[in-house]
Amino acid sequence: MSLWFVLAVNSITLGGLLFLLSSGFSLIFGLMKIPNLTHGSFFMLGAYLATSLIAYGLDFWTAALLGGLGVALFGGLVERFILRRLAGAELAQVLVTLGLSFMVADVCLMVWTGDPIRIATPAALRGTASVAGLGFPKYRLAISLIAVVFAAGLWALLDRTRLGAMIRAGVDDAAMARVVGIRVSRLFTIVFCLGAWLAGFAGVIGGPILSVYPGLDGEMLPLALVVVILGGSGSLLGSLVGSFVVGFLYNFGQAMFPELAYVVLFLPMLIVLVLRPQGLFGRPAV
Amino acid sequence: MTRFPLALAFVALATLPLWMPGTYYVNIASQILFYAIFALGVNVLAGYAGLVSLGHAGLFGIAAYAGAKAITAGYGHSVVAVIALATTLVTAAVFAALALRGTGLGFVMITVALGQIVWGVAYRWISITNGDNGITITGRPFPFGLSLASPRGFYWATLVVFLLALASMAVFVASPFGASLQGTRDQPRRMNALGYHVWMIRFLAFLFSGFWSGVAGLLYLYYNQFVSPQMVALTASAEALLMVISGGTATLLGPIVGAVLVVVMKNVASAYIERWNFVLGAIFVVIVVFMPDGLVPGTVRVARWARSALGRA
Repeated sequence: MSLWFVLAVNSITLGGLLFLLSSGFSLIFGLMKIPNLTHGSFFMLGAYLATSLIAYGLDFWTAALLGGLGVALFGGLVERFILRRLAGAELAQVLVTLGLSFMVADVCLMVWTGDPIRIATPAALRGTASVAGLGFPKYRLAISLIAVVFAAGLWALLDRTRLGAMIRAGVDDAAMARVVGIRVSRLFTIVFCLGAWLAGFAGVIGGPILSVYPGLDGEMLPLALVVVILGGSGSLLGSLVGSFVVGFLYNFGQAMFPELAYVVLFLPMLIVLVLRPQGLFGRPAV
Repeated sequence: MTRFPLALAFVALATLPLWMPGTYYVNIASQILFYAIFALGVNVLAGYAGLVSLGHAGLFGIAAYAGAKAITAGYGHSVVAVIALATTLVTAAVFAALALRGTGLGFVMITVALGQIVWGVAYRWISITNGDNGITITGRPFPFGLSLASPRGFYWATLVVFLLALASMAVFVASPFGASLQGTRDQPRRMNALGYHVWMIRFLAFLFSGFWSGVAGLLYLYYNQFVSPQMVALTASAEALLMVISGGTATLLGPIVGAVLVVVMKNVASAYIERWNFVLGAIFVVIVVFMPDGLVPGTVRVARWARSALGRA
């Protein structure tokens, strides 16, 4: 009983982190049509930046916000000065993001060395909270809560605001959106920065659970890919469902088939690809 | 007219171990040759089919792992080669069946995911793959009485395989099949309307590409006598793709030029600086941003632009 309970809690926590990571990935993919292969690097870079900020004496949450901002700034520069030069050449854009991810990984290795760094759990959230007779680790509950808040916030942003309407128009038909006077290139920058910020922030708040180490980028990127392939690109609901499916598969897979955890993780993706290539919540390509 | 330089290149390659100073350089030449075979295989998809795969290191690695397992199980080298290549072909068929559910960027994403599965298995399924420690083998084969244990012997054997790969590519490009593959790249709907089975053409191209990737992987295994998860990492797929793109896609000689460039850079870079991954990423970015058509055509273009800019000044 307690093992399953712990696994379920861990799965929900990982699902929440993955949602923060993959919602940005999915938005970027939906709008700009490129799988951003630097997304895992954003996650790792955010966590590393926060470890330095915390070492300077900032508290955890400020470090999380600022770490995310640093990554968003980096993402904005990448979008504005590199990706935009290659507008229309999607393949070139993907290859550039891949090249950048290698550079980021190597710079992180140089600056923060190869040893794993653990981010301390914020003091207020240590220990467990008792809900309905079950003991939940407070920090993991907090992550789930943050994910829910962000999901609601992103939904409101996309569904209820003018900016969201413009982004949706850009996802549906970028050329027509341009014709009716929406500055789609500016949307690209906004969405790319937002996605980068979410990934960096997720990296920081994931730090107390996952730690930060070289190769974290390469572990998170495939998870985000699976989420988006499962859920369908450009769909917020798809990212949400996909994240939790992956969160559960990853944790239960690791507990039950430790050597095959990766295969268990990718199997549903393969099934979805065969039966429904556009993803569970995606629309078929026109 | 092109016969003469080709013959000259052939003579230079065949006699290379005789005039190269030291076995270090002969070994680098062997590495270039088997990476060139790998790059030629990747080029079938990335160049002629317009399908960019970032999971080919998976096929390259599976051949090496299957070979290493067969050798440790005590099979003879010819059986090992058959087992390794058959495993690679079966894997390539599975990869193709899944990856061809998408084209363009969908294909890229699926191949990344597939490559990462192979990596995950290599890294985590310790009872079979020995995890991060990898598998070490001893001994290289003796085909037709030629010992491959010496750098020279290995070089010549690799050269023969390389020439076979190159010849098969030349035949493939000139064949109706090669032409129809390029047709599916440029005008898939028209090809479909003309009655070609676009999916099957791509599937067969994937197998062809996978076969040579597997051959290269087996040579890699014999060269290093060692295989580890690093060989199947995303970086390895990216390196292969960089060879193809830097040399120029959909050309016969481009991937070979790219293999020379990447292997030499890698050896030089790792001798002087530790940061090979940074250099790899930086070359990637520079080539894609400034010379998207590859180094050879790109250099020509930049030179022409520089000349005209000087002329105007």
